[in-house]
Amino acid sequence: MFDISPTEWTAIQLSLRVATVATLVATPLGIGVAWLLARRDFWGKSAVDALIYLPLVLPPVVTGYLLLLTFGRRGLVGGWLADHLGIVFAFRWTGAALACGVMSFPLLVRPIRLSIEAVDQRLEQAAATLGADPWRVFLTITLPLALPGVLAGMVLGFAKAIGEFGATITFVSNIPGETQTISSAIYSLIQTPDGDAAALRMVVVSILIAMAALVASEWFERRANRRLHGN
Amino acid sequence: MLRVDVSKQLGEFAIEASFASEGQVTGLFGASGAGKTSIISMIAGLLRPDRGTIAIDGETLDDCAARVHVPAHRRRIGYVFQDVRLFPHLDVRHNLDYGRRMNRLGDDPAQRARVTDLLDIASLLDRRPGQLSGGERQRVALGRALLARPRLLLLDEPLGSLDEGRKAEILPYLVRLRDEVGVPMVYVCHDPDEMRLLATQIVMLQRGRVTAFGGAEVLRRSESN
Repeated sequence: MFDISPTEWTAIQLSLRVATVATLVATPLGIGVAWLLARRDFWGKSAVDALIYLPLVLPPVVTGYLLLLTFGRRGLVGGWLADHLGIVFAFRWTGAALACGVMSFPLLVRPIRLSIEAVDQRLEQAAATLGADPWRVFLTITLPLALPGVLAGMVLGFAKAIGEFGATITFVSNIPGETQTISSAIYSLIQTPDGDAAALRMVVVSILIAMAALVASEWFERRANRRLHGN
Repeated sequence: MLRVDVSKQLGEFAIEASFASEGQVTGLFGASGAGKTSIISMIAGLLRPDRGTIAIDGETLDDCAARVHVPAHRRRIGYVFQDVRLFPHLDVRHNLDYGRRMNRLGDDPAQRARVTDLLDIASLLDRRPGQLSGGERQRVALGRALLARPRLLLLDEPLGSLDEGRKAEILPYLVRLRDEVGVPMVYVCHDPDEMRLLATQIVMLQRGRVTAFGGAEVLRRSESN
């Protein structure tokens, strides 16, 4: 039963790569957005807030189609990126990472925003009176104190990215070796006669990855809490 | 020389305060709700006045008419808060070192030793704020503010959160601070005995306004009223 075929390995590796890249790229952006939403009032804030949560409530196939319209070869942004920077998303693994990043963004931002809101602003004021400019206040006080939330957001985002299916398959299709992740591989396998055993193997693998992510997040969170409040 | 001439509306409460002080320790004296904390927050740059000016040694920190507002982190004004505000994720050593690092000052072990000796906190360096008593925390907060080498030190009821025994423990350190460290201070409190012991000039505040200014006789007058 546990004879994982090369195609299946490819899908597993691709899923891990897509989810890792999506999480690593989305995290700094997510921290910035979370900080803005937690600490600043600006015109159009509720619109930004809604836009970020949109992928959570839209049908994934709609998000995927919108990505295709925007970032496809003939899309407004996609065409420009391809012509000027040589970055292509359509039907590439990078497109899968983009789709996963967009879909997991709300889950990534929320815990980070909550943890930044929970950081005592009086500590930030104290840091300012000690000579720290706003950027250094953020780096030395806000971010370290919000670290458990950042890690929680990263794990949630990663888990969502690993499991993403609808937007990815709509945007970049289901090409073995390029855009076929674990989820789309399972989808293909259960539509193939005699694909059951292989599908089950992939199911077990995705359960293992999810469990590993949860255990890792527990461990990181405990460590971060000990560092922050280590008495 | 500290010059304050500001007004600030905070909801229903209005502050109209004007004074200039050259004393080593300027005491801001008044009942709670007199606007003491708001005034030193403005001196620190954490609160922006609606109108007026704040200047220290001839340097303008706030001038609302000219749209000047030096941000808190560029003022070099130390602030010891009533609620202490040590950084919980840093041990005492790094709390003390924070201001030096943020101001990009060179390491000065002699200065550090002087301050930790003065405040008797050398034995606490490896502890976290969560492991300190109330009095120890307040002493570390004093050290942290001093080691950023401020040109003015604001003390907002530093004994306010302590019980009588702890107050008696900290007071001698404040006297030493006044007599041995050359940093001018603004000392906020509502206890006349503390004021008498520490302040060299007293600004009396009532409902956001300065009602008297001078030496210890200001306190006598307020008590006879």
